[in-house]
Amino acid sequence: MSTPLVMFVGFIAITLGITYWASKRSSGSSAFFAAGRRITAWQNGIAVAGDYMSAASFLGIAGIIAFQGYDGFLFSVGWLVAYLTVLLVIAEPLRNAGKYTMADVLAYRLRPRPVRAMASLSTLTVSTFYMIAQMVGAGALVTLLLKDSGISYQTAVIGVGVLMIVYVVFGGMLATTWVQIIKAILLIAGTVLLSILVLAHFHFSFAAFFDAVGHVTYHDKGQVVVKDFLQPGLRYKPPYGPLDLISLGMALILGTAGLPHILVRFYTVPDAKTARHSVVWAMVLIGSFYIMTTFLGFGAATIVGRDFISTHGGTNMSAPLLAQSLAGDVFFAFISAIAFATILAVVAGLTISASTSFAHDFWTNVIHKGVERKAGEEVMVARISAFVVGAIAIFIAILLGPTANVAFLVALAFAVAASANLPVIVLSIFWRRFNTAGAVTGLATGLVASIGLILVSPSLMAVDPPTVVGAARHLIQAKAWFPLENPGILSIPLGFLGAFVGTMLSHEPTSQHKFNELLVRSNTGLGAERAGAA
Amino acid sequence: MNALPQEMQRYEASQTEWDRVAASKEFKDLMATKKIFIVPAFVFFIVYYFALPILVGYAPAFMSTKVIGNVNLAYLFALSQFFMAWTIAWLYVKAAGDFDKLAKDIIEKAENRKGA
Repeated sequence: MSTPLVMFVGFIAITLGITYWASKRSSGSSAFFAAGRRITAWQNGIAVAGDYMSAASFLGIAGIIAFQGYDGFLFSVGWLVAYLTVLLVIAEPLRNAGKYTMADVLAYRLRPRPVRAMASLSTLTVSTFYMIAQMVGAGALVTLLLKDSGISYQTAVIGVGVLMIVYVVFGGMLATTWVQIIKAILLIAGTVLLSILVLAHFHFSFAAFFDAVGHVTYHDKGQVVVKDFLQPGLRYKPPYGPLDLISLGMALILGTAGLPHILVRFYTVPDAKTARHSVVWAMVLIGSFYIMTTFLGFGAATIVGRDFISTHGGTNMSAPLLAQSLAGDVFFAFISAIAFATILAVVAGLTISASTSFAHDFWTNVIHKGVERKAGEEVMVARISAFVVGAIAIFIAILLGPTANVAFLVALAFAVAASANLPVIVLSIFWRRFNTAGAVTGLATGLVASIGLILVSPSLMAVDPPTVVGAARHLIQAKAWFPLENPGILSIPLGFLGAFVGTMLSHEPTSQHKFNELLVRSNTGLGAERAGAA
Repeated sequence: MNALPQEMQRYEASQTEWDRVAASKEFKDLMATKKIFIVPAFVFFIVYYFALPILVGYAPAFMSTKVIGNVNLAYLFALSQFFMAWTIAWLYVKAAGDFDKLAKDIIEKAENRKGA
């Protein structure tokens, strides 16, 4: 077996051990969906960081910085600062008032069935799209990383899918959390090592490092180009670049606080104070990680070079190729295994948030009006839906194929989270007049606006030259109607507007009466769900 | 109808009780104390954050001004965002200690009234 394969198998063995351990612990809804609410602040902080630092951030950001310099760093900034919204506005009220999902908070004072049905739909949309992006990336990546082992794209996608189903179905939230923690520690260790090696290459002189970054040389259309990679604007060019950048910023800053797989993490801790501390832990880890991504990206640009990366797997291989050129094949294998672990853990996190929402919001509360007909039914439904969600994601990922243009799916997930989920969560906590009609129209407008605008954006609409074939071709061969890749700047205000108009057009006295209960619960933690047996 | 005992202990109260707590001086103090910190902190970080894409997008020449060696204003401003976020988070945790004290009072009073 090749060294990367041995490391992959090692990681899989450890995580399956954890899943076995978690499955042996006592069962029950609170244990399956929220790890018994006994995860500590630092553990949850690492798990939140782990859920967030996907392959898109590790391989994707390093790749964008390696190819387009400074502009890639702007993704990193937004991804960290976004946690201030989570910390100041969302985490504590959610933990205080909810049980397993974000819809719990909405259901307090609004009519539970319509609100939960819509919230569940938007949660499933966000999670599934995000998951498909990860799966396609995983398949392409595993094939590249393990190319000596002859593992095909299909085998890789099925392997990743089956593993994530096993973690979630047998280990629940406890196993998913620990897989996430181990992966986050590995990821940060790998990034620190790689950053140190980059700096060592420049004899630990920042001056020498940044000097090299100022003169990155590569070939473009047969011409030798020398660019200052600290210069902004290499990716986001006028006329629409700056606006796209602001739109992206809005989706990141407001979308993170609406991502279901991040929100469910705050139910795994004992109380709001722990939720708060876990956000701070996550911010320290995520921030340090993203600052280091510049060393990885700039390191790859200066030490490996764009030309070499382009011919050896493309942008996503920047970080692994950097590892190879600095410390040889074993380190390349180690970094590749970390990238693989990252993808596995993130898809498992997405699967559990999707299946929790389906089982808790849709099955128990919408179809069966909040009554579990027999003990354990909710957990059983969640296990089945994890299986179904996993199977669908495997199927679509194989159908799309390894060359599919899927980056827009992540932008879509953030846009839906920011335009549909965030407005209704915020309005339900802060606006007394808010009501059921407002929540439903808000969720629907945000969802439709984000999906609609992405459909007509340059991500899906463009005229390709005939040389571009297969899955890499744009879906609609015409000039894009909406000029930005990120719909946030328009879809977020539309989400809020939808919620506002829906509210004003209807009258719901009970929602206003019950506002005081939600206000007191979310701000004091009176009657919050307590930690139980894990 | 949940089988788990710890979830049956959940605090429930009548509408009038929730209204009473919401109207109490202690609760109003808590909300006021929270607002004094959270509103300015939120506004500050939004303005500080969006200054970055706006300046980088619309004043790229200015942001390319070299400050230390080859390091330009754009990189330093982006880097400063991380320290801004960490500082606000740290200040919030310090301020939230006060929120917890006020909230604890309200919870204890409410639970005592129920005789729980």
